[in-house]
Amino acid sequence: MLAVDNLTVSVGPQARPIDIVDRVSFSILRGEVLGLVGESGCGKSMTSLAAMGLLPKPGPRIRSGRVLLDGADVTRLEPWQRVEAGHDAMAMIFQEPMTSLNPVRRVGDQIVEAVRVREQISAAAAKERARELLELVRIPDAALQLSAYPHQLSGGMRQRVMIAIALATRPRVLIADEPTTALDVTVQFQILGLLRELCVRFDIAMLFITHDMGVIAQLADRVAVMYAGRIVETAAVKDLFAAPNHPYSRSLMACMPIRGAGTARLRTISGQAPQPGSMLAGCAFAARCPEARESCRSVAPAHLESAAGHEVLCSYPVTDGRPW
Amino acid sequence: MTGETILTVEGLRLHFDVRRGGRHLQVRAVDDVSLSLREREVLGIVGESGSGKTTVGRSIMRLAQPQAGRVVFRGRDVLRQGGKGLNDLRLRIRMVFQDPYASLNPRRSIGDSVAEAGDINGVFTGRTDRQRQIAESLTNVGLDPSLAGRYPHELSGGQRQRVGIARAILPVPDVVIADEPVSALDVSIQAQVLNLLSDLRERLGLSMILISHDIGVIGHMSDRVAVMYMGRIVEFGEAREVIDRPSHPYTVALMAAVPKPDPSLRIAGTIAASEPPSQFDRPEGCAYAPRCPLANDRCRVEAPVLRPVGTRVVACHNALPG
Repeated sequence: MLAVDNLTVSVGPQARPIDIVDRVSFSILRGEVLGLVGESGCGKSMTSLAAMGLLPKPGPRIRSGRVLLDGADVTRLEPWQRVEAGHDAMAMIFQEPMTSLNPVRRVGDQIVEAVRVREQISAAAAKERARELLELVRIPDAALQLSAYPHQLSGGMRQRVMIAIALATRPRVLIADEPTTALDVTVQFQILGLLRELCVRFDIAMLFITHDMGVIAQLADRVAVMYAGRIVETAAVKDLFAAPNHPYSRSLMACMPIRGAGTARLRTISGQAPQPGSMLAGCAFAARCPEARESCRSVAPAHLESAAGHEVLCSYPVTDGRPW
Repeated sequence: MTGETILTVEGLRLHFDVRRGGRHLQVRAVDDVSLSLREREVLGIVGESGSGKTTVGRSIMRLAQPQAGRVVFRGRDVLRQGGKGLNDLRLRIRMVFQDPYASLNPRRSIGDSVAEAGDINGVFTGRTDRQRQIAESLTNVGLDPSLAGRYPHELSGGQRQRVGIARAILPVPDVVIADEPVSALDVSIQAQVLNLLSDLRERLGLSMILISHDIGVIGHMSDRVAVMYMGRIVEFGEAREVIDRPSHPYTVALMAAVPKPDPSLRIAGTIAASEPPSQFDRPEGCAYAPRCPLANDRCRVEAPVLRPVGTRVVACHNALPG
């Protein structure tokens, strides 16, 4: 449904570009959730904005690679051009719904506006569809809440409104960029359940961006782990958690505080990720990697298929099934 | 490992008056909260946003003014201290905040920020002593002493939070209240900062109140845990008990909602929306009753009080045996 092929996004002068997203490839099927996981600054949000055609201007640009929507190349098309060319709709939801919603317009009007982007229908019909959408995202008293302003809703309810707006264009691709990070765990749990259900029900391909491995485990079908602009490991979620191959994926999972051990020390990743543009030859993770050998600092790793559907960008992946 | 009680909070109450749409309303931010902190202990306070956990921490520091209750630190009534007594108290009890970007003055050098409490209270005997103590504090949190001359914008988020901790341990206090100290950090950095807090507790003999919405962090760090819901403590006891075998249905729900790194436990499709009721519209009886799967008629009229269940206390008419 959505495929990103060897995508490189750069900032800085044309002559000396700095790649903040570096040769990223993935594809998502209908009804499938691909989790894109990584820490801040790794390029996961830039990847999603590039796929949406929403890169801020001026600023980062797609230097090479393609974005394919149902096989058609939409790399250079703005979102409105994609609509005019008759491509399936894509939609996006963000971390902080309060900054995405217009604070001085009723939520019903904001949903109606989104509905009428794609459908030439009467105001009354659009309003009816807005009510249906609020019911779909399980907002209690949907008809009543149409006339609420964003500040009158809780964080969780606002995120539900954002999802309703995203669904208004009947998208086939949904990109969710840390949509639950600002929410309480109990509310996060509900929103994740809702997103999964909607994906299956409407056969939506979803790219779910998060820094939380726990969220990935519960929601995603497949996972792409990103580090310093590159995807370093891609696998089915079960395979990744059973046997993460890339030392970075392993470290990321090991440093989660999971109850049981009491005051045992947490595993950490020493140092910090390199700044874009300051990357040296060799593997970008080598300086922090517990498995690094001398050659890692000079020889760039190549993609390797360690098992069917399990790809890793590492010269010495951990494939002996050691626990993380 | 943990010892005598160093700080007690009794019957703490703090209500805010707010006006909404011309109506005077009351938010019961903290309602009859009692706690105790033991020497060298990490006491975790966990709850959703708006549960009152931060207000409890701020009341102990006198950054908020409770209307009722007592806070006793080493025999002294915190809420009655003024002037010098209050200053001294704020050297003994220190705070680490969530957002290292917001809690450091961007125009002051790291060294000046770290030394601020010492400067105000005349802790240093001279320039060299001041520099030595700044360097020691930075070293204690794993930073290079040469960072003293730098400014916050030159540091990463993890480094800034270490600075936030360094300034809380100069001079070395008895109690550190850490309010969401790792929530703004990446997981890999989060682990480093949590390990640092554990180390400092050991090395400097600190007692710590750790406030977080993240039950994973709380469970990992704490000796005892208090679970707060809508201004009240609903469960309080040993971490192993509360986290591993929760008794209050709310604690159970909180634990169940934590995303576990196990793909065999998938989130189910259909979950009804259930959010905390409005702060302005607190239910009669148990505040958790509208969301509680075990709620019955009694829960809707009679507010439960904390009562012992094994070694812990639980405020629930239908507390699980744990």
